[in-house]
Amino acid sequence: MQRFLLTARPVWLELEKALDHLENDPDPQWDLARTESFYRLYQQTSAHLAEVRHLTAERELRGYLEQLVARSYARIYVKGAEKSRGRWWQWFTSAFPAAVRRHAKAGALSVALFVLGAMFGVAALKIDPTAKATLLPFGHGQQTPTQRVQREMEDQGKRISEARGRFSAQLMTHNTRVAFFTLGLGMTWGLGTIVMLFYNGVILGAVALDYIADGQLIFLLGWILPHGSVEIPAILLAGQAGLVLGHALIGWGNRLPRRLRLRAVLPDLVTMAGGVAVLLIWAGIIESFFSQYHEPVIPYSLKIAFGVAETLALTLFLWRGGANESSL
Amino acid sequence: MKALYNEPQLELRTPEGMAFTLPLAGPVSRLLAVMVDVVAVSLAASVIGRVTALVSAFHADFGAGLTTLLYFAVTVLYAILTEWLWQGQTVGKRLMKIRVVDRDGLPIHVSQVVVRNLLRPVDMLPAFYLLGGLVAMGSRYGQRLGDLAANTVVVRTRQWEIPDWEKLLAGKFNSMLEHPHLAARLRQRATPALAGVALDALMRRDQLADTARVELFAELAARLRKLVEFPAETIEGLSDEQYVRNAVEILFRSR
Repeated sequence: MQRFLLTARPVWLELEKALDHLENDPDPQWDLARTESFYRLYQQTSAHLAEVRHLTAERELRGYLEQLVARSYARIYVKGAEKSRGRWWQWFTSAFPAAVRRHAKAGALSVALFVLGAMFGVAALKIDPTAKATLLPFGHGQQTPTQRVQREMEDQGKRISEARGRFSAQLMTHNTRVAFFTLGLGMTWGLGTIVMLFYNGVILGAVALDYIADGQLIFLLGWILPHGSVEIPAILLAGQAGLVLGHALIGWGNRLPRRLRLRAVLPDLVTMAGGVAVLLIWAGIIESFFSQYHEPVIPYSLKIAFGVAETLALTLFLWRGGANESSL
Repeated sequence: MKALYNEPQLELRTPEGMAFTLPLAGPVSRLLAVMVDVVAVSLAASVIGRVTALVSAFHADFGAGLTTLLYFAVTVLYAILTEWLWQGQTVGKRLMKIRVVDRDGLPIHVSQVVVRNLLRPVDMLPAFYLLGGLVAMGSRYGQRLGDLAANTVVVRTRQWEIPDWEKLLAGKFNSMLEHPHLAARLRQRATPALAGVALDALMRRDQLADTARVELFAELAARLRKLVEFPAETIEGLSDEQYVRNAVEILFRSR
């Protein structure tokens, strides 16, 4: 025993020193000899652990050696650095749209659930107009669209001009929270995500019917399109990510263990969450600084044209972004 | 093989076939870590409030917007940034000596950090981490929903020290060392198991109840005496515990 300890102890101390160095500097630029030496120390210590494992009395020693082996293992088998680290632009323009396309089925389902919700919202308001106050958020149920249009025309953007910064920040943070929550609800086997997508569709459908029925289609398009053309797809993408998470959890058509299924979708979930956040920041700025200004301040035609251009650009971006790189 | 820890543990095996364990963090230490983190975020929010109040004095709307954005950034990014930069630890986790690691015992990736923290609001449903707590209680490795999605576990970062028997044996006269030939015979005849038990007993003697301590050392001394018979005058007046200590010094110290 004492001979074992005498010979082994210097190995452990040297390994401990190397680990301390590695943990303080995770990218130490070691040469081959140093790396081989570290691996040899790890193997020797592993062998020592195997020798003392049967000695129940050597609890302290076993704990110490297990700790050394665990720390070494974590350094030797650590996964490579994130590919997109430090390349934010490339990540957003390539990795994000590519991740969206990889899960096109979940994206289609997300859109379908939202549209279904919108149809339900339209039908519900059509069948029961008194449900307006319940269905419409943010006080829209308290006034007719025509009354709002008149108020906006008289106000000429003065009210919003005094609080654009605060309003913009509130929109960004609120929408991002909702989007992340929709994504996270994928862990309820996707059920929570489905409810969130459907519910958001219901609101939009009800609002749209309310404005169209009151003859305010142009105002509606001018109000919704500039920011909604980015905000609504962002929520749909968050829903898509939530459905991907739910699918990985359930595992339909995939025989891999749940742990490996979730591990496989993890990078795409993070990429999509990040992309959604960027889109919502843009939408928040547009909604506060552009969407809330109506005629006569900004012509509806300009607002609608801007919204249509954004829709086309976003569609092209998600359809073709990073396609050249992934096909190489 | 006897478990190294009394509490739940994560058993792992390296590609070389070596098994090792990591002790899992308990619910109390995790809850305390969350409470410390809440305090840390509140302090940061308070600092933000004071700084942006100065900005608001010049431009009220810009100041209000900045407050909203910075508060959001702190609440969402606090755990993500600290766990990323401190390899799985927040301020609370550092204080509680716990750490988030990959389910395979490896350091966590940034994608795992992001996902486990994005799912935190779901774990908090309907309030006070009820859903996450229930899921963790039902999970084999104490994983909340965020941990399950990110393939992470929270472990204790217990620091085992190399057994310091040199310190244990230092500074005491050992009459048995005056008979080197008998000491050599003791080294030859003592099994590694007996030597290990004797050393372990000495290192843990303060943790033993008085009666158990006397009984244990009496038995160990009796076994060691059977191996080699030292002259009566050498061991005269030595208690059983002193006898075992002297024997362990002979067995473990370099000659």
